[in-house]
Amino acid sequence: MIDLHGYGPRLLEGALVTIELGVLSLILAIILGLLTASAKMSRNRLLHGIGTLYTTIIRGVPDLVLMLLLFYGGQIGINQVTDLLYYQFDIDIFININAFVAGVVTIGLIFGAYMGETFRGAFLAVDNGQIEAARAYGMTERLMLRRIRFPLMMRHALPGLSNNWMVMLKTTALVSIIGLVDMVRVAEEAAKATHEPFTFMVPVAIIYLLIASVSEWFFSRLQKRYNVGFGEAE
Amino acid sequence: MEQLFAWLSDALADNTVFNFNTLTFYGRGLVNTVQLVFLSLVIGLVLAVPLSIARGSKHKWIKLPIFFYTYVFRGTPLLVQLYMIYYGVVFIDGIQDTWLWYFLKEPFYPALAAFTLNTAAYTTEIFHGAIKATAKGEIEAARAYGMSHRLMMRRIIIPSAFRRALPAYGNEVIFMLHASAIASVVTIMDLTGAARFVYARYYAPFDAFLFVAAIYLCLTFAILYLFRYLEKRLLAHLRPVS
Amino acid sequence: MKKLLSVTLLGAALIAGTVQASDKESIRIGVDVPYEPMEYRLPSGELTGFDIELGNALCAEIGIECEWVVQGWDGIIPGLMARKYDAIMSSMTINPDRREVVLFSDPYFTPPSAWFAPADSEIEAAFKETLEGKNIGVQRGTLQDNYATDRFGDVANISRYATADDMVLDMEAGRLDIVFLDFPVGKSTLLDSEANEYKVVGDMITEPKKYFGDGFGIAFRKRDEELAKKFNEALATLKENGTYDKLFEKYFGQAPKSK
Repeated sequence: MIDLHGYGPRLLEGALVTIELGVLSLILAIILGLLTASAKMSRNRLLHGIGTLYTTIIRGVPDLVLMLLLFYGGQIGINQVTDLLYYQFDIDIFININAFVAGVVTIGLIFGAYMGETFRGAFLAVDNGQIEAARAYGMTERLMLRRIRFPLMMRHALPGLSNNWMVMLKTTALVSIIGLVDMVRVAEEAAKATHEPFTFMVPVAIIYLLIASVSEWFFSRLQKRYNVGFGEAE
Repeated sequence: MEQLFAWLSDALADNTVFNFNTLTFYGRGLVNTVQLVFLSLVIGLVLAVPLSIARGSKHKWIKLPIFFYTYVFRGTPLLVQLYMIYYGVVFIDGIQDTWLWYFLKEPFYPALAAFTLNTAAYTTEIFHGAIKATAKGEIEAARAYGMSHRLMMRRIIIPSAFRRALPAYGNEVIFMLHASAIASVVTIMDLTGAARFVYARYYAPFDAFLFVAAIYLCLTFAILYLFRYLEKRLLAHLRPVS
Repeated sequence: MKKLLSVTLLGAALIAGTVQASDKESIRIGVDVPYEPMEYRLPSGELTGFDIELGNALCAEIGIECEWVVQGWDGIIPGLMARKYDAIMSSMTINPDRREVVLFSDPYFTPPSAWFAPADSEIEAAFKETLEGKNIGVQRGTLQDNYATDRFGDVANISRYATADDMVLDMEAGRLDIVFLDFPVGKSTLLDSEANEYKVVGDMITEPKKYFGDGFGIAFRKRDEELAKKFNEALATLKENGTYDKLFEKYFGQAPKSK
């Protein structure tokens, strides 16, 4: 392995943090996205309103601002609660949000909004005939969701999902600003200590490109799988 | 105006965070953000038009370098690009003695360079996609009229492609506005920089960041409505007949 | 509504965070590095510096475990509030603004602030006239930031950095005309490391008290009065038995002025 003034191993650790952060946030974002999509499609006006408010606000504010707000503000909000418990009931608990958890929650929360739009569009794109056919077979709503609507929806959602993942991967770089040691942070520290920015930033850029290329390949395989039975798309 | 200021400072008298001073910080931040985003978008757009046409060229040595450029700039975080330009240029030997240093000395220009190169890469791909999606019939019709390739590009393909690219370009503009928040890491006092200053001075994360979030939200909506208006005007021929 | 919000936040926190009972036997101290010679890392990654050694000595005196938590300066007070750690010992000057939010120990060190510029700079003193149109570097949220912002914000361009390191790098690059720092830090990062390339501009600055306060103190949450008392007693002991003087000489090269 290239030594990189002794920063090589730390840089790889940082890359691992970036990947972990990306994958965990992706899972959270998908869950939130599905919830948001169903809230926005529900007939309940309150749920619909909450879903709309969430997607509108999140998509209108920069990721970095949301991250700073949640990282610095979130902990203080929680502490107001625990302080209240301490003074009122003498219960002394301490809840610590570490930078990694804050990063996952924030990125997940941000991309949950984008995923919500992706999933909503995909659900609406499912052919009504399929649903009517499922109903005619006497499927329950639940079974229908599992067997018909969800798999068909995924076919439409995949391009958006893949796109969101690519954007999200790059957004993880922002956690270096709130103090989480991902690979950008390691490279930044190393660059300042050695006065050689390119030595460290170029490998980081290459790792990002590598992750992006591998994901692209993975998503195209997935797309093929979900396209089964629809002929070759394009 | 004087009265307005007097009223404003009265209204803010009890407020420790949002006094007249911090509001001027936010004001200057707004100016810096808008300047930075607007300039990088305009220059990026000017670069992207020829690049997107060349991107579709039949010659490998024209097509490939542009593809490589967009691939790298779209595949890596803007933050990494900003660090490379801001800190990287400093270590080019002797750069401090050239006229370039006059610009690179200020954090504004390295940031502008990073943002411009980034948005130009995205815009190139957006336009390239739109050009590729031109309906075959339009091209055949133009050919039948005996148009040269150049004339066809100018009269048929580009006008229709750029109109179709409008919604995607609108997203890119909003994306750029949001991405510009990282300018504060290289000491630029943009909107986010102002919020971080106020936060560090008054230890008030909610006030500092919620306020700035509201400003960004307003800017986003302004851009959204501008593009919706443009789409209505320029894409009128694509709307279904009501 | 407020209650609902609290419950939601608590719920979110339980999912997101780790719940720990507070442990009286050990405390965590927040520190922002690097800030040579007050606090910095050895190449091996180990923390050291005047604050770190004094802090460890204080903890040993009290008989508790100390754990150091590294936190960027602009989030260091919120981090204390947020109970990411129980005390801050990070060259924090005691001043009225901060007193409103945290509880300070007795001062343990009083450094002046000073202006530093390249040796060939034409700036000979820091006044409004001499700094007009210049690029001033400060660390974001420090008392130097507040002072420079209020005094010179209207005539000069003030660049705020997340760490002292970033600032020194931009000074070396030539992006800054002058920086404003705690004197010991400027001495060790600028004067000592680059031989004759930098100079101190004007006098050391300790006034007005509104900005420069009463020296460095250890910050605690307001409710932790007992903890602060323990530290004050330990500090007094270390000053009497000579431990403090030894550390002082090690880092600043001279014995402290006796009172």
